[in-house]
Amino acid sequence: MSEFLQRSAEYLPILLQGAWLTIQVTLGSLLLSTLLGLVWATMRVSGITVLVWLSSSIINLLRGIPIIVLLFYIYFVMPDFGLSLSALQAGIIGLGIAYSAYQAENFRAGIEAIDKGQLEAAEAMGMSWWLMMRRVVLPQAFRIVLPPYGNTMIMMLKDSSQASTITVAELALQGKLIATSTFQNATVFTLVALLYLIMCVPLILLVRHFEKRGQK
Amino acid sequence: MIEISGLQKAYGALQVIKGVDASVAKGEVVCIIGPSGSGKSTILRCINGLESYQGGSITIDGQKVERGSPGIKAIRSEVAMVFQRFNLFPHRTVLENVTEGPIYVKGENREQAIVHARELLASVGLAEKADAYPSQLSGGQQQRVAIARALAMRPKAILFDEPTSALDPELVGDVLGVMRQLAESGMTMVVVTHEMQFAREVADRVLFIDGGLVVEQGVAKDVLNAPQHPRTQDFLHRVLNPI
Repeated sequence: MSEFLQRSAEYLPILLQGAWLTIQVTLGSLLLSTLLGLVWATMRVSGITVLVWLSSSIINLLRGIPIIVLLFYIYFVMPDFGLSLSALQAGIIGLGIAYSAYQAENFRAGIEAIDKGQLEAAEAMGMSWWLMMRRVVLPQAFRIVLPPYGNTMIMMLKDSSQASTITVAELALQGKLIATSTFQNATVFTLVALLYLIMCVPLILLVRHFEKRGQK
Repeated sequence: MIEISGLQKAYGALQVIKGVDASVAKGEVVCIIGPSGSGKSTILRCINGLESYQGGSITIDGQKVERGSPGIKAIRSEVAMVFQRFNLFPHRTVLENVTEGPIYVKGENREQAIVHARELLASVGLAEKADAYPSQLSGGQQQRVAIARALAMRPKAILFDEPTSALDPELVGDVLGVMRQLAESGMTMVVVTHEMQFAREVADRVLFIDGGLVVEQGVAKDVLNAPQHPRTQDFLHRVLNPI
């Protein structure tokens, strides 16, 4: 046990550097996927044929491509077209775009779960489509969407490890590098697993807090 | 004030309104009665532009009502609607439900809108419920909030779509009481209802609709006490003598 603690103290600073990158990738791609997801979902429920078709095509395309392939595409292929990104930027953009499809479907489900009577009441009051979305639909959809959104946040935290495939030295990659150079697989990967778990806790608590507040 | 002429409406091949003519004068209370599926609610929903229609026209103070037209929002903010299922906004308090339209649709000053909303809530007997959420109220209370919400828009007319049909029987009276008070204050009202006693006592005129047509219309007491058309007679007989 003391041996474990001693080694942990030795590896932890490096792993924490990795964890910091994991957090950056997760938060960045969470923000991007939420914004893009909102755009796709809004297009999808707009009732305008071209936008509906466009957004469902984008969603299906993104769902059909593995995240890792999308990451390779952005990091290794885009430079051929003159767009060179750092590994961190490519990781955030790739994960953000990939997850925007799932976010969009979550948001759409939340929006479509709103009672039609709510839309009629808003419409009958003279609200414009956008005002109705902002004041009536989205605040209610927000509460419906929170539990699956929390799930997505946790999945994104863990899937940020896929950015390691394009050389982002986040937690999983740092762990692998230490393990291959020290052969302390058990210690290193136990620490990595614990760090992921610790990072999940605030997300779980945040979702629980919102859910409680939304129960009014 | 509200002029309906030759109104026709179809859902696909199903013709639900087959040429309805009606008018409502300022300050008048008109009840629309008739069997389920006769098109009563559809007519009401066309007046507010919640439904489109294929033939004829509806005008309010000379302005044509047409779903999707640029002028429809202005018309809607002047012709309020009260729904069978209340449709209050569950994520907002009673007071916020009432101030929502004035503040966000009409751009009224927030403080003034709140003062007005509190007056309206007092007039429907719910002053003390201002900070409650709709889910904490009974159906009758929710419907009275919905009426206050409609009044907050300072409408020229209010359309009621079976306002008491979703209520427990003992709560119907409170809502009808508020509506009677409103009628006596001179509000223009179009009420789709099954409450014959309300129609008899409060309405100026009654329209009996069946099969998408106005079968009979006239002064409320005449139509309800001495219906001329056999279908009206049959309908009223069934409604007034259910057993």
